[in-house]
Amino acid sequence: MTTAARIVPDRVGEIVGAEFLVADPARLATYEVDGVRPCAAARPETAEQIVELVRLAAAEKLAAIPCGARTKLRIGMPPRKYDLAIDLTRLNRVLAYDPGDLTLGVEAGIPLCKLQSVLAEHDQFLPLAVPFFQQATIGGTIATNVDTPLRQLYGTARDYVLGMEFISGEGVRTKSGARVVKNVTGYDLHKLMIGSIGTLGVITRVNFKTFPRPHVSRGFLAYFADAAGAFELRGRIAASPLAVSTLEILSPQAAQIVARNTSSEVGSLPLPGEWFSTSHWILAAAFSGNERVLGRYTTDLTRMAEESHAENSLVIGDAERHSLWGRLREALPLMLESSPAATIVRLSTLPTRLGEMIARLQQIAEQHELPAALFARGVGVVYCALLPPSSGGEAIRRLARACGKIFESSPSFDGRAMIPWCPAALKREINIWGATRDDFALMQKMKTVFDPHGILSTGRFVGGL
Amino acid sequence: MDSKLLRELESLLGPGSVLHKPEDLILYEYDGSVEIARPDCVVFPRSTAHVVKIVELANRFQIPMVGRGAGTGLSGGALARLGGMQVVFSRMNQILEIDIENQRAVVQPGVVNSDLSRSVEHAGLHYAPDPSSQKACTIGGNVSENAGGPHTLAYGVTANHVLGLELVMPTGEVIRVGGKALDSPGYDLTGLFVGSEGTFAFVTEIIVKLTRSPEAVKTLLAVFDRVDDATETVVEITARGITPAACEMLDGWTIRAVEAWVHAGFPLDSAAVLLLEVDGLREAVEPHADEIAEVCKLHHAREVRVARDAKERELLWKARKNAFGAVGRLSPTYYTQDGVIPRTKLPATLRRIEEIGKKYGFEVGNIFHAGDGNLHPIILFDARDPTQFERAVATSDEIIKWCIEVGGAITGEHGVGMEKDRLMPLLFSEDELNLMRRVRDAFNPRGLLNPGKIFPSGKGCGEIRIRPLPVKGADVAPTT
Repeated sequence: MTTAARIVPDRVGEIVGAEFLVADPARLATYEVDGVRPCAAARPETAEQIVELVRLAAAEKLAAIPCGARTKLRIGMPPRKYDLAIDLTRLNRVLAYDPGDLTLGVEAGIPLCKLQSVLAEHDQFLPLAVPFFQQATIGGTIATNVDTPLRQLYGTARDYVLGMEFISGEGVRTKSGARVVKNVTGYDLHKLMIGSIGTLGVITRVNFKTFPRPHVSRGFLAYFADAAGAFELRGRIAASPLAVSTLEILSPQAAQIVARNTSSEVGSLPLPGEWFSTSHWILAAAFSGNERVLGRYTTDLTRMAEESHAENSLVIGDAERHSLWGRLREALPLMLESSPAATIVRLSTLPTRLGEMIARLQQIAEQHELPAALFARGVGVVYCALLPPSSGGEAIRRLARACGKIFESSPSFDGRAMIPWCPAALKREINIWGATRDDFALMQKMKTVFDPHGILSTGRFVGGL
Repeated sequence: MDSKLLRELESLLGPGSVLHKPEDLILYEYDGSVEIARPDCVVFPRSTAHVVKIVELANRFQIPMVGRGAGTGLSGGALARLGGMQVVFSRMNQILEIDIENQRAVVQPGVVNSDLSRSVEHAGLHYAPDPSSQKACTIGGNVSENAGGPHTLAYGVTANHVLGLELVMPTGEVIRVGGKALDSPGYDLTGLFVGSEGTFAFVTEIIVKLTRSPEAVKTLLAVFDRVDDATETVVEITARGITPAACEMLDGWTIRAVEAWVHAGFPLDSAAVLLLEVDGLREAVEPHADEIAEVCKLHHAREVRVARDAKERELLWKARKNAFGAVGRLSPTYYTQDGVIPRTKLPATLRRIEEIGKKYGFEVGNIFHAGDGNLHPIILFDARDPTQFERAVATSDEIIKWCIEVGGAITGEHGVGMEKDRLMPLLFSEDELNLMRRVRDAFNPRGLLNPGKIFPSGKGCGEIRIRPLPVKGADVAPTT
C-alpha cells in the first residue's frame, strides 16, 4: 500500500467530513483521468477546506487534480501522479450579483446552466455557450478555456473575467482582479489561471462582466458546393460593417454529425428542420437587433452570399435557430460520440488562411484513411475531428501519424495546434500540446511560483508542466 | 554614473542617443503624475538588438533600468525611482506590418497611439484603445499600463487588443509570447505581461488587433442641473443594458475650467454634463441614441444636444480629451486619482467625494469614464505649501478607501506605479502581494528592471515620496 493510499482517505475525511469523502472504488472510477484512478476524492464545501486539502497534499507530496462536473477532464496529458481529486461541485453559490452594474461573482462549482438561468431573470447572460452545457461548471469551463461560437462577438474568457480567487499549490488563498469592469490594480494573475487546467491553483471564485441578452436574434445559413465559397463569404462579412455574433463554417461531414439523432443527452437535443442541408459546406451566422437592423443583416448577408456563389441561403427565426445553435454548441460532444477513437485537433491561424488550412487537414486525413469532420470559427480557429471506425492499435497508429503531420504543418499557417480530445492510448504516442516554444521557459517559472511542490494536475499541461 | 558604462553606451548607440548631463536628465525626471525621480542616464535604442545590449550592460554594471514611452503616464510607472538608466523607446517607432484583411498590425513600442489608427483609417479600421493622451502616448506605454480610454467602455482596454509581444527579459533573452493567430497553447503570458507596469520585461514588438470603424456615430451632450441626475442617468443606462461606445461625465467645476479654454459650448451654469456616444450600423444608431436621450430626460436633463456633424463631435471630444490640460491652467499642480467602483454606486460616490473634499478644504473636480465607473477626481493644490500637498494626498486616500469599501479597486487605467504602491495593502493581503512579488522576481530575478514600483516599500509615504516641484502655467498638461 502506498503512502497515499494509506493516509489520504483518513485525513481527507477529517477535513471534509466522512460523508463527503469518496473512497469506494466504483465511485472513484468516475474521477479517473486517462485511466489513472485517485486514492480518494474530496467534496469540500468551502475554500478553507480546500486550503487544508492542498496543504495536506503539499506536506505529504500527494498529487491533486481539481475538478467540477468532469466533462472536460480528458483535456490534457495523463497525470504523472494522481492521489486526490478535489471536487468543487459543492462550491456552487452565486456570491455577488449586481445586475445594475452587470457584474457577477460566483463559486467555481456552480453549473453553467443554473447560472445562466439566474442571469436570464435579469435579461442578462454570459457568452459561454460551451460544450457539455447541461453539466459543465464555471470552474471547469474557465480552467480549460474551451471556446464557443459566441467568441466571434464577445471574445473568450480573458475578455470578460474580471477577477478570481484561487488557492495556490502551497495552500495559500489568494486573489487577483476585482469585481469592477475596469481595473489595473496589481498583476492580472487570473489571466494565467484561464486555460491552465488546474496546474497553477484551485480556482474557487470567478468574477465576470455580464452582458445584456439580445431580445431578437436570427440565424443565417449559406450553402456551398465547396469550402472556398464559404471562406470567401467569411472574408466579405469580416470586411463589412456587420457584427455577427457567431460565424461558423462546417464541412458536410460535420453538418451530418451535428444533425444526427442519437440516444445520448446531446444526441437527443431538438433537431434542426428540413431547411438544414447536410450535403453542403455551410456558413452559419447569428445576428440580433431591432427590426430595421435585422432587415439590414438579411439584405446584406443574402447579397454577399450570392456574390460568393452560394447555392442557397436562408434566414431562420429565433425558434428554429435554437435547435441548430444548441447542436452547434454541442458539436464537439456529438463528434466524440460518433467514433470509438474520436480525436479532435484544435488549430488556429489567421482568418484569411482558414480555407487553405482546412484543405491541408482534409488531405492529411485522406492520406491516413481517416474519416474527418471539420468546422471553423470565423475568428481563425479550426476543429478537425478524426473519426476512425475502430479504436484498435492500427487506428491509433494512423491517428498518431496524422496528428504528427498536422503538428508539422501548422507553423506554415502561422498557426498553433493542440489536441483537446483523444483516446488515452494516443497520448502514449504523441504529446497533445505539440512542441514547446521559447516561451516555455517563462511558463516553467510560473509553475514553480504557483505550485513549487508540483502537486497540482502534475504533468498534464504543455511540456509536462 | 560610471564613465566606462557611458562610453560603452555611446559606442553602442552613437553619441546622440545617450544623455547624462543634469540639464538633459531633468526632462526625464517626471511624467504626467506628481512624482519625480531623476535617472542617471537616458538611452534611446533603435532596435531589439540595442535593447538586449543595454540590458546586458545594466546587468554587468548592476544598475537599475526602466522603460519609457512618451512619459504621459499618471502613476510614475516610467520614472527611474532608484536612478539608473532610463530606456526611452521613442526611436523604436516603426509600424512593422499592417494586415488589413486579418485586422492585425505589428508595431514597435514607440509608435504613437493615434498614428497607428491614422495609418489604417483608409481601410476603415482603427486601433480601439484611445487614452485621452493618444496623440502623444505610445503603444508600448499603453501595453505596460494596460491603458484604457473613453471608448474602452464598448471596445475593451489594451489587454483585449494585444495578441502577442516580443520581450527582452531583464536577463537578456529575447522571447516571443502569443502571436498573430489566437489560442497559443500554454499559459496566457501575453495577458499577464500587458499591464505588468514594465516590471517583467522590456516590450520591443507588439502584435495588435485592429477594429472595424463603425459606419455611423452619434455623439450626445446631456446637460444636468444636479450631479445626482447625471449619475442616476448613468446608472439607468447601464442597468438597461444599453452599452454606449462612450459615456463620460464632467461636473460643473470641470466644465467651467474646460470651457474657458476649449469653448465647446458646455453651459457654464450646469452642474454636470454627460458626453455619450453610440456607434454601429446606421439602422441601430438612431434608436439607440433616442433611447439614451429618453433616459437623460427621465432624469431631468435640461437639454440633450446631438452633435450635428463630425466637426461638432470633434469639438466635444477635444474638450473632454484636453480637460486635464485645461485644469493645468488653473493650478500649478493637481492630484488626480483613478479609483473604480461598481456603477450602481456612482451617485453615492460623487456625493461622498464632495464631502471628503469639504472635510479637507478642497473643491474636488470630477471628469471621468462614468460608463466604466472609473473615477478621476481632481484636487488642485499648491505644491509650495507642504501642508496642502499632504492634505491633497489625504483627500485622495480617503476617496480610494471609499472606492474599496463599495467593492471597487485602486486604479482603473493609470497603474499603481510609484504613486499608489502604499495603497496596495488596502486591496491585497500580504500573501497575495507576496505571490505577485514572486511572479515579478521569477522574470526579473535581480530586481534591476523598474525597481521600487507597485509594491509597498515598507516605509511611510512621507519618507520616500519626493516632493513635486511647481510647474508654472503648464498649457500642455498631461491628459487622461
